[in-house]
Amino acid sequence: MSTQSTVHGRSGLGTPTPAVIPGAVLWAAALLLAVLAPFALYPVFLMKVLCFALFACAFNLLIGFAGLMSFGHAAFFGGAAYVTAHAAKVWALPPEFAILAGVGTATLLGLVFGALAIRRQGIYFAMITLALSQMVFFLALQLPFTGGEDGIQGVPRGRLFGLVDLTDPLAMYYAVLALFLSGFLVIRRAVHSPFGQVLKAIRENEPRAVSLGYRTERYKLLAFVLSASLAGLAGSVKALVFQLATLTDVTWQMSGEVVLMTLLGGMGTLLGPVVGAALVVALESYLAETSLPVPVVIGAIFVFCVLLFRKGIVGEIAGILKRRA
Amino acid sequence: MAEIVLEARDLSKEFKGFTAVKGVNLQVRRGTIHALIGPNGAGKSTVFNLITRFLPPTRGRILYKGRDITRARPADVARMGLVRSFQISAVFPHLSVLENVRVALQRPLGTSFHFWKPEASLHGLHERARDLIDAVNLAAWADRAAVELPYGRKRALEIATTLALDPEVMLLDEPLAGMGHEDIGHTAALIRRVAAGRTVLMVEHNLSVVADLSDTITVLRRGEVLAEGPYDTVSRDPEVREAYMGAGHG
Ligand SMILES: Nc1ncnc2c1ncn2[C@@H]1O[C@H](COP(=O)(O)OP(=O)(O)OP(=O)(O)O)[C@@H](O)[C@H]1O
Ligand SMILES: [Mg+2]
Repeated sequence: MSTQSTVHGRSGLGTPTPAVIPGAVLWAAALLLAVLAPFALYPVFLMKVLCFALFACAFNLLIGFAGLMSFGHAAFFGGAAYVTAHAAKVWALPPEFAILAGVGTATLLGLVFGALAIRRQGIYFAMITLALSQMVFFLALQLPFTGGEDGIQGVPRGRLFGLVDLTDPLAMYYAVLALFLSGFLVIRRAVHSPFGQVLKAIRENEPRAVSLGYRTERYKLLAFVLSASLAGLAGSVKALVFQLATLTDVTWQMSGEVVLMTLLGGMGTLLGPVVGAALVVALESYLAETSLPVPVVIGAIFVFCVLLFRKGIVGEIAGILKRRA
Repeated sequence: MAEIVLEARDLSKEFKGFTAVKGVNLQVRRGTIHALIGPNGAGKSTVFNLITRFLPPTRGRILYKGRDITRARPADVARMGLVRSFQISAVFPHLSVLENVRVALQRPLGTSFHFWKPEASLHGLHERARDLIDAVNLAAWADRAAVELPYGRKRALEIATTLALDPEVMLLDEPLAGMGHEDIGHTAALIRRVAAGRTVLMVEHNLSVVADLSDTITVLRRGEVLAEGPYDTVSRDPEVREAYMGAGHG
């Protein structure tokens, strides 16, 4: 995390150092891979990975860079999914506005959750976010528009900006990829922004940040709201991809799953949540075809990974590379 | 006599029935170095926490530049120019030394909520940050993570970070604790240097440094002020000698 910014600072002048070139090449290769991937793998599978990767990245912005452990992020993901599904199906809004409605809802929810939880620390913070998200769960169960146990099914994908027909799997995939990349870049920028610097300082030593004149709750609240919005974006996109919003999206298990993905991949690293999400989604779809009990196997793998790689997969790899350098 | 810049009136703090600070009156004159000494557990750090609003007092008032700050928020106290350091080294461990200082410098830019701006928008602060880092002899460490510094260097980094705010009043809680012999001499000289044009209130156990640096000394024992005055007067006070000998200090 901090290594990237120092590398950055050094390479500002003159010719790029050799250390920078592999980085750019890696990014280009990853992008090329993402563009070509739907020709080798099922687009729906890839889109699921991208949705959860964005969800995990959003979550990581909060835990990895602000040091706040939320256990209620499903409320933003699922809440946005419901609103987008309803907006697209019942209000017949075009997909871009349906997504906007979902993200807006998640942002507002984030503001409310954040305002109530931000003064608490550690386990109390987690408990409050959990309790609030359970309230969203019960709302989703009881409100008439959510369709109860069935959820909202048969959500139309529509035409993006009236131009792109999203019923075409490839078109949908590239739209999802573009949204994922924008979300990812927003997070990457936020982490390296002036705001990100203060956030890291608060994560590292909050009393010291206060003693430097920072009203830390406000920074934590902004981080919370940003994280909630982006988790909402992931949920909205998910609702369009699967044409479905269900109770599963707002359960506490969903909040737990995003924790798992983030820790597995490496919290506080930019790529960790992407790797973690891809791994969990891939495992789940592989295991679904076997007769193995999915949660047990995932749980065992999680325990194994946490014991073996304390900092997550990407965190450990970054550590090894740093020691080599 | 110079103007009083910082004042505590009848300041008290109770922790669940235990009184850590008892009716402390303290007047810090502008432009002086004022030391707060006393045996372990005397309540020195608690007084710091009260003055900087990190703890709410049970009783009493705090005045800074004539303004009552007894209910101000700690971050706002810092913005008014009353900046503290901590007894336990307070750096941002996984930020580089340069970033540690830069975080302190960046607030006046007014872009600290701008999550869309690149990090490069802060590069204009590097020159000033490097000057501060130079001043505490950390130039060779500027790009290292703070966590990698030896303890004494972390304390030096803390001073540089505090100085970055250009505070009117600096509160230093045991700035020399854990430093080696050379660092002590260097840091004491640094404190004297930066004290020019500002006020310093410091807690310190190293009495020879205290004797050397401070204009006024307040001795605290079991939460109460035992003695106050210049070093020569205070050090001859039999009660002070007894308090110190009794607590095993010299
Ligand atoms: N948050 C707290 N809760 C309960 N008791 C506390 C708290 N903070 C301090 N105390 C108690 O108050 C007393 C004064 O503590 P303080 O840290 O102010 O002493 P000090 O003079 O700074 O000592 P030292 O020289 O060891 O740093 C101690 O007995 C300590 O145990
Ligand atoms: Mg103390």
